Amino acid sequence: MKKMLKLGIAAVALLLMLGTTSCKKKLKDADIQAAIETVLKADAGMSNSMVSVKDGVATITGECKDEACKTKCEEAVKKIEGVKSVVNNCTVAPVVAVVPPVTDQLQQAITDALKDFPGVKSELTDGVLTLTGEVAKSSLQKMMMGLNALKTMGLKKIESASLVKK
Amino acid sequence: MALQDKYKELIDAATAAPVVNLQVREQEEVLYIDGESSGAVKQQLWDIYGKLDPDYSAGDLMLNINSVAGISDGAKLKVTTNKTNLNIRSGPSTNDDIVGKAARHEVVTLVRKENDQWWFIKTDDGEEGYSFTQYLTPVEG
Repeated sequence: MKKMLKLGIAAVALLLMLGTTSCKKKLKDADIQAAIETVLKADAGMSNSMVSVKDGVATITGECKDEACKTKCEEAVKKIEGVKSVVNNCTVAPVVAVVPPVTDQLQQAITDALKDFPGVKSELTDGVLTLTGEVAKSSLQKMMMGLNALKTMGLKKIESASLVKK
Repeated sequence: MALQDKYKELIDAATAAPVVNLQVREQEEVLYIDGESSGAVKQQLWDIYGKLDPDYSAGDLMLNINSVAGISDGAKLKVTTNKTNLNIRSGPSTNDDIVGKAARHEVVTLVRKENDQWWFIKTDDGEEGYSFTQYLTPVEG
């Protein structure tokens, strides 16, 4: 009988313990979520992301500005007290909108390379650069070195037959 | 193969020089020669090119020899503009603001390479920003 009683007390204690922990956990998840949301809202790059917390596991969804932001977002969430792990399901906004197209980069690089040769006019079509106008013969080699290096940026050919070399 | 015959002297010199990662390729009537070498070898190859095609105007060769691939961060660079000072800019393009100047023949330090055209440099006066690599020559040894 004594044994049964002991067992009963133990069972009740166990139930109580389970009850309180699960109750505590529930509260905590909501608290954690609130804490995370405050952090995310504070950063413009992360403000489009959302978070849900279950049993201390934070799942981030929504859209991040870029890959760096996604990482930063994850790091920030990891630091919040109570977060056991982070599932980062954030999508990254398409990069195309931010980085100028390759031709624009090449065009800019050509402009840069020709900056010191003001008499030279250039036109870029499908990776072929046509040079007209005039250039000092003494500068020609330096100019061509600079332009030939732009092959790495997608320049395919340089047409300079109509360029006057003085 | 006709172009490889025309520029045979150049290809032979590049092979002998030596040029690292040398690639010789012909496509749509343009001969592409790519590789990495010292500044002196690059100059030598360009002089041969200038001998074979004095005005560089045939439009059948792209000679892309990178003489700065082996330069590492912290290297000393000499400003080799024609006459003027070298612009130091806030970003890697001529659209970016000029934030400083380096005098002709001044020696500056390479902080890091943004790309083959633009390097982030620092002057002894502490000015720093992006400059066009065409006007920077590594100080040998």
